[in-house]
Amino acid sequence: MPHRATTVNFKANARKAMADVNLQKALEKMRSGFVEKRLAATGRLPEFNDLRDEAQDIKDHVLANLDHYLERFEARVVEQGGHVHWCRDATEARAVILGLCQGAEAKSVTKSKSMIAEELDLNPFLEGHGIEPVETDLGEYIIQLAGETPSHIIAPAVHKTKEQVADLFVEHHAKYGLTKRHEEAPALLEEARQVLRAKYLAADVGITGANFLVAETGSSITVTNEGNAELTQILPKTHIVIASLEKVVPTLEDATTILRILARSATGQEFASYTTFATGPRRPDDLDGPGAYHVVLLDNGRSKMLGTEFQDMLRCIRCGACLSHCPIYSHVGGHAYGWVYSGPMGSVLNPQLIGIEASGHLPNASTFCGKCEEICPMRIPLPKLLRHWREREFEAGLPPAAQRAGLGLWAWLAKRPALYHGLSRLAVGVLRLMGRGGAIRTLPLAGGWTQGRDMPAPEGGTFHAQWKARGQGS
Amino acid sequence: MSAREDILDAIRTSLGPDAPGRDPEAVDVRLARHAAGLQPTRAQSEGEDRAAQFIEWAEFVATTVDLVASLDDVPGAVTSYLSANNLPAKARRATDASLDGIPWERAPLLELEPGVAVDSDAVSITGAFAGIAETGTLMLNSGHGHPSTLNSLPETHVVVLRRDQLVGGYDDAWNRLRQSGGALPRTVLLVTGPSRSGDIEQTLQLGAHGPKRLHIVLVDGEETADA
Repeated sequence: MPHRATTVNFKANARKAMADVNLQKALEKMRSGFVEKRLAATGRLPEFNDLRDEAQDIKDHVLANLDHYLERFEARVVEQGGHVHWCRDATEARAVILGLCQGAEAKSVTKSKSMIAEELDLNPFLEGHGIEPVETDLGEYIIQLAGETPSHIIAPAVHKTKEQVADLFVEHHAKYGLTKRHEEAPALLEEARQVLRAKYLAADVGITGANFLVAETGSSITVTNEGNAELTQILPKTHIVIASLEKVVPTLEDATTILRILARSATGQEFASYTTFATGPRRPDDLDGPGAYHVVLLDNGRSKMLGTEFQDMLRCIRCGACLSHCPIYSHVGGHAYGWVYSGPMGSVLNPQLIGIEASGHLPNASTFCGKCEEICPMRIPLPKLLRHWREREFEAGLPPAAQRAGLGLWAWLAKRPALYHGLSRLAVGVLRLMGRGGAIRTLPLAGGWTQGRDMPAPEGGTFHAQWKARGQGS
Repeated sequence: MSAREDILDAIRTSLGPDAPGRDPEAVDVRLARHAAGLQPTRAQSEGEDRAAQFIEWAEFVATTVDLVASLDDVPGAVTSYLSANNLPAKARRATDASLDGIPWERAPLLELEPGVAVDSDAVSITGAFAGIAETGTLMLNSGHGHPSTLNSLPETHVVVLRRDQLVGGYDDAWNRLRQSGGALPRTVLLVTGPSRSGDIEQTLQLGAHGPKRLHIVLVDGEETADA
């Protein structure tokens, strides 16, 4: 298990997050921002849902034939003079990347946002070998200065206020002679632009992630708004792409279909500002561009998800929409999840990558409201996948004894309808007495639940009684 | 066993020969056909509508567009734009064929230097391979005449686009690129507006790392051969 995971502490992490005033302010803004923008953008494209169906079909087809598409992709990269490095796990990938950086005699490396780099815990590793990694996405740069990890896939510093950013810049930019404290966003952006421009020009190697790999052409695709992936890959002598296996799509047209729904789902934009298709190293008559092009292909447990109930998760395009729309994520933020991925997609993916023993809280941190599945551009049945993890967790005997005993008792009762009805009538009566103000503030045996919110007092009779009274729903 | 063989083997074992949708023969067929997917109505504009739609979506993402009658008007339009924005009359320019035929001598005060962009360049002027009306997007292809740094380093990027370079949707641009023959350029960049970031308190600001301004001079005039 990667050393940074704090997923076992999810409950404590979540409690802390809910008491964090700055975080709560940021999350509230996010809830209205991303959600409304996505709704507006999808409303401007009547074919949006049909495109989702096509995108799902493309990825399902690729996953069922993944070995073939990866072989085609590799062949095209090699034809163009590039290299593909297959890595079973994070250890192998780190070693390959270090070897490439050392081969390029790299002192500094610019990086454009990559969740795979987070999986690899790449920055501390490079630093440990005397290589300076510089995050270039503004949000990633801010959290790198803070010594933190991204709290949202597409808005990694969403939890930071501009005052906190100002503090970080004052602390870390003094060495460049920038000592004036700016508090307004435009001045902070300008300062970051100035500092990072020098870093781009000095870097020996540029590392980018990939939103897609194209089997037909051997291209890697990056999608950004800032233009940082472009400067990261065209200025240094070496361009390293790090990508997981499932990023491959068949053709430029297939990538295009999915791109039509990516930005709309992620930020509510019509299209991101910069979508770059990079194919091999610079050509003989090019005047700029990287002289070497390497793709590090990472498995890290994904090949074992194929053929299982979790294969659907490999359709994910990391738009972050399920985070932005999730009632759990939008109250606790990304860091509470304790490892690289957060929100509904993280609650499905993290158990696969770091084990259900370490991450059993995550599939339970769901209200099953179904919003994530409703808005997922790739139509991943996230609630169903969370249920699969709960079943696996139960089968492995991981839930605490009290919870298992409680479920056992409920099952015993549920098989005895007369007793069940009698007891539920009694419970409704008692709860109604307890909640005469309409809400129950504390509930015996459920103190953990009522600590964070009131339990509404029941109105009317039991469900069964109401059902009967309505003539069984007819 | 090598990591490559191990991973491919693990994929095959996990899927099994009878996995739903498993059809190795379909792989090469799909790659050879590279069929376009569903085309939104938005991607199918024609004629006058296409230019209007391109401009509408370009402006939606804060690109500025100046419509001129012919290539002869480009030097004057560029000079006015630079002076209106208090920018120096000095630019690094691409030499791609799509800029051929512009009488730059009509703007004698405009200082143009061809080649790769450097950090001190405030302005770049390039052509484009295509303009995509679907979202007001430019397709910029790297090559000897169009170094990629011109698209990303300077604060102001001026793009000269001929009307016959406008296409309806992204897939039409891929089609044109395929028909133009040869290998895919090293870098194909789809640009939709100037650089931006929302990473400080989710407040959108222009000019993060790439250009702060993206200005398109759209040449309405006579049809010319494709670049």
